[in-house]
Amino acid sequence: VTVLIHHCILYKKAEVEETLKRIQGQKGVQGIIIVNAEGIPIKTTLDNSSTVQYAGLIHQLVMKARSTVRDIDPQNDLTFLRVRSKKNEIMIAPDKDYFLIVIQNPSD
Amino acid sequence: MSTKRPKSTTTTSKGKDKKADESSAGSVAGSGHPNDILPLTLTSATQELFGCRCDEDVTGDNPYKILRKEDIVQDMRMRAAVSDFSPMKQLVLDYPEDELLLVYDRDFIYGSSFYLVLTADAKERHLKPVVALGVEVALEREPSEVFATQKTSEPQPWISLGSEQEIEEESVTDSRPRLKYRISRVRREFGAPIFFSDRNAMETKDGFIECTPYQDKNFSLKQMERHTGVQTIPNLKSSSTQTQWTYPRSMCTQYEPREFSEEKKENCLQSEKLKNFVNSVASRFEMAIQQNEIMDVFFDDWKALSEEDSGYGRKADPHLKEYQSFTDLHFSKEKTISNINWHPTINGVIAVAVTERLSFEDRINGSTKLLLNPSLILFWSFSDPINPQLLLECPDDVFSFEFCPSDPNIIVGGCMNGQVVLWDISTHVEQLQGTRTSGGKNIAANTNALQGFEDKRENETPVVRYCAVSGIENGHKAPITDIQWLPGTFEVSRMGVPMENKNGICVQIVTCAPDCCVMFWDIRAPRVLQTMADQRKQKVEEKPLENPHGVPNTFKHLDLTWKPLIRVSLPKIDTSGEYSPLKISLRDNTCDNHTGSNADRAHLNAERSEVAPEYALLRVPSAKQLKPLEDICTRLYAGTEDGELVYTDWKLEKDNDSGRLFSAKPSHRFIIHDGQVNTVRRSPFFKDIILTVGGWTFAIWKEGVTNGPIIQSSCSQKKCTVGYWSQSRPAVLFIGKEDGNIDVWDLLEKTHEPSQTQNITATQITCIKPWIVSSKQHLLAVSDHLGTLHILEIPWTLRSPSSNEKLSMSKYFEKEVDRLVYFEKRREMRAKEKKDYEAEELRKKTEPIIPEKQVEQILEEAMKEYEDYLSLERVILKEMGLLPDTDKVDI
Repeated sequence: VTVLIHHCILYKKAEVEETLKRIQGQKGVQGIIIVNAEGIPIKTTLDNSSTVQYAGLIHQLVMKARSTVRDIDPQNDLTFLRVRSKKNEIMIAPDKDYFLIVIQNPSD
Repeated sequence: MSTKRPKSTTTTSKGKDKKADESSAGSVAGSGHPNDILPLTLTSATQELFGCRCDEDVTGDNPYKILRKEDIVQDMRMRAAVSDFSPMKQLVLDYPEDELLLVYDRDFIYGSSFYLVLTADAKERHLKPVVALGVEVALEREPSEVFATQKTSEPQPWISLGSEQEIEEESVTDSRPRLKYRISRVRREFGAPIFFSDRNAMETKDGFIECTPYQDKNFSLKQMERHTGVQTIPNLKSSSTQTQWTYPRSMCTQYEPREFSEEKKENCLQSEKLKNFVNSVASRFEMAIQQNEIMDVFFDDWKALSEEDSGYGRKADPHLKEYQSFTDLHFSKEKTISNINWHPTINGVIAVAVTERLSFEDRINGSTKLLLNPSLILFWSFSDPINPQLLLECPDDVFSFEFCPSDPNIIVGGCMNGQVVLWDISTHVEQLQGTRTSGGKNIAANTNALQGFEDKRENETPVVRYCAVSGIENGHKAPITDIQWLPGTFEVSRMGVPMENKNGICVQIVTCAPDCCVMFWDIRAPRVLQTMADQRKQKVEEKPLENPHGVPNTFKHLDLTWKPLIRVSLPKIDTSGEYSPLKISLRDNTCDNHTGSNADRAHLNAERSEVAPEYALLRVPSAKQLKPLEDICTRLYAGTEDGELVYTDWKLEKDNDSGRLFSAKPSHRFIIHDGQVNTVRRSPFFKDIILTVGGWTFAIWKEGVTNGPIIQSSCSQKKCTVGYWSQSRPAVLFIGKEDGNIDVWDLLEKTHEPSQTQNITATQITCIKPWIVSSKQHLLAVSDHLGTLHILEIPWTLRSPSSNEKLSMSKYFEKEVDRLVYFEKRREMRAKEKKDYEAEELRKKTEPIIPEKQVEQILEEAMKEYEDYLSLERVILKEMGLLPDTDKVDI
């Protein structure tokens, strides 16, 4: 039985790469960007200019959204932000140190 | 003692002596003084002796002097009869006390200056009169009710204190006796009439006495005091100011985003925090993405439904309607149209290449006649269906021609003899543009004015001669069947490498012919390695050359010396020999999308508004000066005479041994059609979907899929002669047939047969070209073998795409690709299966025969199996801890 538990832990600590690949492989996903807390992109699957643009703009938006949520209730915090536009959907999961941005085209 | 007589008030001791109290006491002596006092006179010697000198020791204020009895006795003894006290000797001796009171009587009330008080009571009374009164009065009141004889105070005489003075002043009294006057009238005037007269008061002085008003200063009061309310308010001040605007200065800032270096990124990626973050966050994403995939919540179904509805209402007529048809009795009699092209910028102008309708043999036989009848390209305008607007003269029959996309005044054509021809129609463009608008009216207007001068121009259609033609030796050896401009975004170097095009305009042409060559031509003058002097000399020489036949000098530098830039051959893959291409298609080309919308054309017009480039001054740049472009695909598809589709790369390679440039072998070849391939066209919506038409079928290919065509039509009854994609609907294509029919295929509707077939003409259709005039009008130009050009209008059903048509088509293509891939796999699998099966069969045959088992053997084996099973069961139960206790001992 101890063998089983050990196996679980190993499975949980999946590599960053694999997780990202899994997300990227979903239907319609156009790009993934990992941005640090200051808005500097760390990892991306898009080209450089788009990445930088997304990182800068979305970082501001997330800060604003998070401060909105916390102003209303200081115990609360932002967990997920979805911006739906005509052409695609941008999903952002913020965290203390990083945030992950995924752009998906749902109709594809 | 006995009776206490109330004392009369002795008022102030101020001097007024009130000795009347003694008299009020009642018992008044007859002599006028009471009994207990004795008036006596004292001489001054006695006064000195006893210290009671008048007005010195005893005064009015202090009239009392206490004398000792002994002194008095002694005095009496000494002075016997002289002593003043002798008359009262006995009285003194009888005095009970030691001291006697002597009172100075200043006012001689009792007749003498002094008096002596004889009794002690009296003495007491004299000394303490006032005090005793008040006390006695108080004492009297309280204890005794006996005293009925309380006397009311009697009125005393008024003591004036001076208040009557004021009253006296106020009262009015006569200060003098009153004067009395008596006035009477004279008697005789009594009863006499009275006469009044007026008299002006102003006449005489003092006639009147007036009392003029004057401002009495007494009454102009200055208000020294005033009662007002005050409120404090904040001090408000409004002011404005103007800043001086000296001069504006443009400033700009350049910034770039912050980025991490590679190592930093690596560090971050390896950090634990990132791992945790990604793991925690991934699940949210997966949920969200799946949600999106399952259903698009923002899709408006209601609206989408309505779009389809509107289509049904207008489904009245899906047929192509005849809009106009052009035929020229003079020029296109007995001829056929080989190619059609819409003018890219001028609306309603279309050009057709007219060629002889003769077979090869007939051509040879009648070549002399042909020489006299030059071949032409006709320009038709919608305004004039009878007369062509412009004629382009060609050296020989033109099978393909194209307008230059960046400069529609330049037209390139490929002739039957393998020559490439260039025309410049810039001088006639206004005429073409002018006739577009209501040509009929123009004619009418012109007939009114200046008839004599205008006639010539009207009746004759202008002819433009070609301004440059390629050299025969270096060109193609067979009729040029396809000619295209390369887009102005890149140019091709001598090695076939695509470079950036600094000119921005189209400067290169690609041609192909059945002489197994694909050639690239450049319309710029070749780079000539000459000294400056020679160049100048050349230029000077060129100038005096006049324009023969009125041909513009645009391409004088190319005329008759034009050589191709690159010659690409198509060697066969497996065997020797070469493919003979009839039509080619490049990925980045100008053909498939040039029937664009108005926006594109406006853009083109805007570009053209600049001065047309001087082609003579352009030079082919050295390959070193230009930057090679990475993303241009250098592969092209070529449809051959034998019905094959060849996929090759046009880049030339250098043979190391001989230094010659040669083309690599094509990478793929597909045998697909039963006849000549007459169309190789890319879809305007999908850059990698190609349509090929040949023989009795057509096929659709996807670039990159090398298994075969993704769609292949069934064989039709008649030969397919030409095909073209619809410009507005991704799923529609038009196929022209041998019998004059046009098949409209809607791939989303059905793929086994055309959606509709329409007969346009009686003979073979030679060319189809659609054109979008406006969003409401889409035209299809169809030419037939008899030389007639038909313009058809595409109905609404065939020109407006259904919703998501592009998406559906791309999905369809993907599906087809998957099908192909699947088939391939299946084929492989089947092959493998077959192989395995055969191997199996073989193996079976070669295996030895196994002897039958005996019955006992079988039983034995069964028992053994059972034993094994029991032991296994035991082991498992032991592991699970379900065995009974007894077995534990066995361990």
